Amino acid sequence: MLDIKDLHVAVEGKEILKGLSLHVGEGEVHAIMGPNGSGKSTLSYVLAGRDGYDITSGSIIYKGEDLTVMPPEARAARGVFLALQYPVEIPGVTTINFLKAALNAQRRARSESEFDAMTVLRLVRDKARSLDISEDMLRRALNVGFSGGEKKRLEVLQMALFEPKLAILDETDSGLDIDALKLVAEGVNKLRVPGRSMLVITHYQRLLNYIVPDRVHVLAGGRIVAEGGKELALELEARGYSHIVKDAA
Amino acid sequence: MSAIEQTRTQVEALGEKYKYGFVTDIEMELAPRGLTEETVAFISGKKGEPEWMLEWRLSAYRRWRQMQEPNWARVKYPKIDYENAYYYAAPKSTKDKPQSLDEIDPKLLETYNKLGIPLSEQKLLAGVAVDAVFDSVSVATTFKETLNKAGVIFCPISEAIREHPELVRKYLGSVVPETDNFFATLNSAVFSDGSFVYVPKGVRCPMELSTYFRINASETGQFERTLIIADEGSYVSYLEGCTAPKRDENQLHAAVVELVALEGAEIKYSTVQNWYPGDENGLGGIYNFVTKRGDCRGNNSKISWTQVETGSAITWKYPSCILRGDNSVGEFYSIAIANHCQQADTGTKMIHLGRNTRSRIISKGISAGKAQNTYRGLVSVHPRAQQARNFTQCDSLLIGKECGAHTVPYIESRNRTARIEHEATTSKIAEEQLFYCTSRGIPPEEAVALIVNGFCREVLQQLPMEFAVEAQKLVGISLEGSVG
Repeated sequence: MLDIKDLHVAVEGKEILKGLSLHVGEGEVHAIMGPNGSGKSTLSYVLAGRDGYDITSGSIIYKGEDLTVMPPEARAARGVFLALQYPVEIPGVTTINFLKAALNAQRRARSESEFDAMTVLRLVRDKARSLDISEDMLRRALNVGFSGGEKKRLEVLQMALFEPKLAILDETDSGLDIDALKLVAEGVNKLRVPGRSMLVITHYQRLLNYIVPDRVHVLAGGRIVAEGGKELALELEARGYSHIVKDAA
Repeated sequence: MSAIEQTRTQVEALGEKYKYGFVTDIEMELAPRGLTEETVAFISGKKGEPEWMLEWRLSAYRRWRQMQEPNWARVKYPKIDYENAYYYAAPKSTKDKPQSLDEIDPKLLETYNKLGIPLSEQKLLAGVAVDAVFDSVSVATTFKETLNKAGVIFCPISEAIREHPELVRKYLGSVVPETDNFFATLNSAVFSDGSFVYVPKGVRCPMELSTYFRINASETGQFERTLIIADEGSYVSYLEGCTAPKRDENQLHAAVVELVALEGAEIKYSTVQNWYPGDENGLGGIYNFVTKRGDCRGNNSKISWTQVETGSAITWKYPSCILRGDNSVGEFYSIAIANHCQQADTGTKMIHLGRNTRSRIISKGISAGKAQNTYRGLVSVHPRAQQARNFTQCDSLLIGKECGAHTVPYIESRNRTARIEHEATTSKIAEEQLFYCTSRGIPPEEAVALIVNGFCREVLQQLPMEFAVEAQKLVGISLEGSVG
């Protein structure tokens, strides 16, 4: 599904990722853990194709294709989805309209027929219910005045709607209380199906109690410094990042 | 259908940058080049106008000769050679006025079809009466019967001068006097045609009235004159939409629109302006110097201007309201988009004369490329205007680094009970907004259209449905090439 080899990425001339390699198989859920400033968000932005993240060497192969040459919208159409740590507000654009625009843009890029407004509304409603997203929220401007929990739920709703092949969740747990976290995690777990891979990026082990990963990677100093099963996350929780980072160094 | 969807289909349909850049090959009848008393008399004669009308034009012409072209707006353009332009052009085939659509030159109909103006059965479905202006002469007016039944007069102003002289003499120039300003005075001397509307007492006009303007002949100034009168307790909604064929030479357009709302009457005037803006390097494009003013003459009357300005190389336009009647209401909702080398200097004047008068100004300016966009507005409260209220909101959105947005609000209050509020913001389309959209599959240009349509939402909501759709498309088209 995803093959990252010796990836070096610089932001404004400063190298952030320094030889990161990672393999995610089909249907697998991988957790990326790491201290602040280790390059977690950079990795998620590079995978989604954000401007300003310069790949100086290395490769990202997604389903046999070179991801690095595609603009963000092409990646989205091919099934790459990034749930942002800080979802962005767009005043005046209703949430439902945005969802329709995005869904149809992806379908168009895949030469699929577009959905009319009613079909989109039906699809969205259906998925919104289990995430406790109200009709009112769908009619409000995108993310404007949404609480932290509402924003994150909306990210998961988009994931449910777009049905990506590779979902990257960047600190989806940040800023959520325990009830909101459970709701979001349940939403994500429902989307765990064979054929869909996930990269769950988080600072804390807490989220991984709810979204149990197949593999855990520790990112520090721009490289993967440790790998293991889900028990690695518990070890991190118990002993902190410092000793693992030290061991790796 | 959503805006971006509309935009997309529209963009796909564009073989070239400007869809409406074609010229219809019809023999034109031109007035002699240049501006003299003879030109004025020629135009008046062509229209078969009565003596009083000619005198009115000539007095305006003499006045204009004494006037200076204004230079206070934040727009730059080469000097206009008024002596070397044509002031009248009529499609020859309309010399004998056609009695039905069948008699219309097929090429004209073809032109309208290219523009997407529904001139046949589609109009009926749309419920819109269209008084189509091809260059200077109105060639087709429909839905007369329905309007006749309601007692509404909707016809070319040239016809109104002949058929309803008592109304025209009473109201023409009563809001924008022939001495008003350089461009309005020029218009008064040489206006070619335009629309006339009279809605009688207590009548709610049964349909939206619509006029499509179109400039065709090269080097022909276009001088539309529109006069709308809403008699006591009546209501009318008027839509004006424009496109023009591609031309290299700059074309001058100086229209005058006068609105009169008598006691308890309401006029809603909506414009979508999409004239040729010039190419990406600022070559060509329409110079649009327009005087639009409404007079809330009666108590409890209301005038509402809504404009979407996406075209023209230069826009100089300040649709205004004179709030003369007590409790009268003036509104101005504006979207002005300037891309590439376009220059827009637009805004409104709200003149509070009566008691308890209220005005509301919502202006959304969008600048991209190297464009300059200025909001210029005046809120004036006169001593008698007890408890006058104004709310103004001016928002500017910048796309790119080379464009500019300017806000020039003038406030004059001579009554201490007045309450005037002014809010202004300037923002940029943030990189993270664009990334959020593109990462969800929306291509950059569509993302810009989506974000800008969101920014303009309050104004777009004011437009009648069919216009709102067209306006959303235009927002997308006019910002093409502003990213990436």
